[in-house]
Amino acid sequence: MPSATLLGQSILSGLFIGGLYALMGLGLSLAWGYLKLINLAHLAFAFLAAYVTYQFVGYAGLSPPVALLIVVPAFFLLGVALQALYTRFAVGEFASLLVTFGIAVIVESLIQYFWTADFRKLQIEHGTASLRIGTLFVPVIEALMLLVAATLSLATWAWLRFTYLGKAMRASAENPEIAAAFGIDPRRLALLMSGIGTAYAGVAGVFIALTSTLFPAQIFAWVGVVFAVVILGGLGNPLGVLAAGLAIGVSESVTMAVTEPTWAPLVAFTLLILVLILRPGRI
Amino acid sequence: MTQATTQRWLGLARIAAATALAAVVGAGQADAQSGQPIRIGSTLALTGPLAATSQVHKIAGEIYVEQLNKSGGLLGRPVEWVLKDDQSKPDLARTLYEQLITADKVDLLMGPYATGAILSAMSVAQRYNKVLVHHTFGIPSMAKYEMHFPAWALGPTPEATFPNQLFDALAASPKPPKTIAIVTSKFPSVHFLSVGARDVAKKRGLQEVLWLEWEFGNRDFGPIAARVKDAKPDALWIGAIGLEGVMLLEAAKKIDYEPPVHFHLYPAPGPTAKAPEAKNALAATIFEQHAPFTNNPVAANFVKEFNDRAAKAGLPDNSVEVQAAASYTAWQILTAAVNGTKSLDDKAMGAWLKANRVDAIIGKLRFDGPSNYGDDLMKIKQLQDGKWNVVWPKEYAAPGASLKTP
Repeated sequence: MPSATLLGQSILSGLFIGGLYALMGLGLSLAWGYLKLINLAHLAFAFLAAYVTYQFVGYAGLSPPVALLIVVPAFFLLGVALQALYTRFAVGEFASLLVTFGIAVIVESLIQYFWTADFRKLQIEHGTASLRIGTLFVPVIEALMLLVAATLSLATWAWLRFTYLGKAMRASAENPEIAAAFGIDPRRLALLMSGIGTAYAGVAGVFIALTSTLFPAQIFAWVGVVFAVVILGGLGNPLGVLAAGLAIGVSESVTMAVTEPTWAPLVAFTLLILVLILRPGRI
Repeated sequence: MTQATTQRWLGLARIAAATALAAVVGAGQADAQSGQPIRIGSTLALTGPLAATSQVHKIAGEIYVEQLNKSGGLLGRPVEWVLKDDQSKPDLARTLYEQLITADKVDLLMGPYATGAILSAMSVAQRYNKVLVHHTFGIPSMAKYEMHFPAWALGPTPEATFPNQLFDALAASPKPPKTIAIVTSKFPSVHFLSVGARDVAKKRGLQEVLWLEWEFGNRDFGPIAARVKDAKPDALWIGAIGLEGVMLLEAAKKIDYEPPVHFHLYPAPGPTAKAPEAKNALAATIFEQHAPFTNNPVAANFVKEFNDRAAKAGLPDNSVEVQAAASYTAWQILTAAVNGTKSLDDKAMGAWLKANRVDAIIGKLRFDGPSNYGDDLMKIKQLQDGKWNVVWPKEYAAPGASLKTP
């Protein structure tokens, strides 16, 4: 029987990795839900941002917050530019799978070209710092990552629900023709949404660089769990993505704490299958 | 002048002598090269999850072929290396080896990198009766082909010999461990040795306080670190590949835990050396770039060349260790077989290799044991002051280095 400390520590660990799942899934969910793009390149962009952060922090000597301030706007612009291309070439929902897969492969190759295929690990001062709360330890960077994931999810949800732009975005996704009749420009909204989604990939990338090991082929290792988070959370539902990320993260961690860690990867997909059976209208 | 300085000067003198010798021999023989090139075909995982290590093999192979051509090639003919990318996919490696033999019509084969791809290549080599020398095959008992020749000298039963070697080293330390936690990736060649370590630990009376397995590619080491902390082992065996061991140690540090003695099976040496948590980590090796290994002038010359090329290629770690040394050794084995038989006849080369010993940079190799394996030449190294030093067996220890335990 695992001790209370072990269980508590594992739940914390699950919340933190769940926060990262949510960060990585957020932009993907928005693009799929509102732009009808199944953006496989999203994870590639997150890892590109991680490598750029590695370069800025590890070699140029910038601090992680400064790297974040550069990466996020740059990735916003990248998202806008890509959306302009998708619109120009009328890339639809299923075509986007192929197109964005191609982009992901190109990004992976570029990463390998510039940073080689070798393992990279960013070493920063106080990178393993933790706060002690009773018998539990809270790693500072991971806690910050969870906080950022929760804040972005909540802010995006509030933006979509309460602001004019957000309402316009939802209207445009539901019925573009009727929305256009009310003066909404779906093209400009799509550019904005794509920019925001890709900027979120940038945010995720900064935290990946701070917490994980980097190597180019890793991009595709995350596809399964992040897609599970997006589908479980509901397309275009930021709070759902956060909840799904945390649920999967905690389930995986507790599984690792009480049974064999090899069972952990099954958790995400078991949850996904259950949800798809019980609530088939999820996609 | 200190002893270390004297040794450095002696080392430099040896490298200079070896370079001069190679230049003289090369000048004499390079002109003698003529005729069609001898084409040696192989694949490497130039892309995909195993690409990091394959870059090392590519550089080592390029250095060897260049040196070989400078010194007259093989049988007086130049050598051409036909290299294809198997994308870290064993099924693709099989197809590409078929292609190398039937379409590219290469004269000789060189093995790919990693156990899965090597097994695939071995089945093709067997179908066409070709000699297959390979770099780093991790599960000797699975190699059934009579003309496969391993450069990575693990011995026929590394699952027993290697853990015994590690536990011998720990038993000789001032505070031998009484309990052990064995945690491991399920990556096949890693898992195989970890299971062996479990059996050996039991036979030696080491109490196993934890046994855990994770899938290759595991992202969250927090719960595993928490379980190791709970188990309070005297020693920790981490059946890790790449940076899994570092990720586990970092996760442990975040919960204020540092395992007293930690062994990492196949770590990425460069990035591991840079991780502060990995201080005093133990790992397996067959070669490190220090004496006595670099007393061999060929090895010293290769180390110098590899360090330069790896730096130019932008590899984060430029040192020669297991992978680069095994790769260079594989080429030495193939060359020895061709020179020994003075032919490209695979059957003759296979018979010659079984009957003779090959002098390589990792030691003297033989292939007359079970599954063509000879002696287990594995050693134990430790990360000391940011540098990997062999510490066991003592006769291979880096000058002045010995096993450090808490």
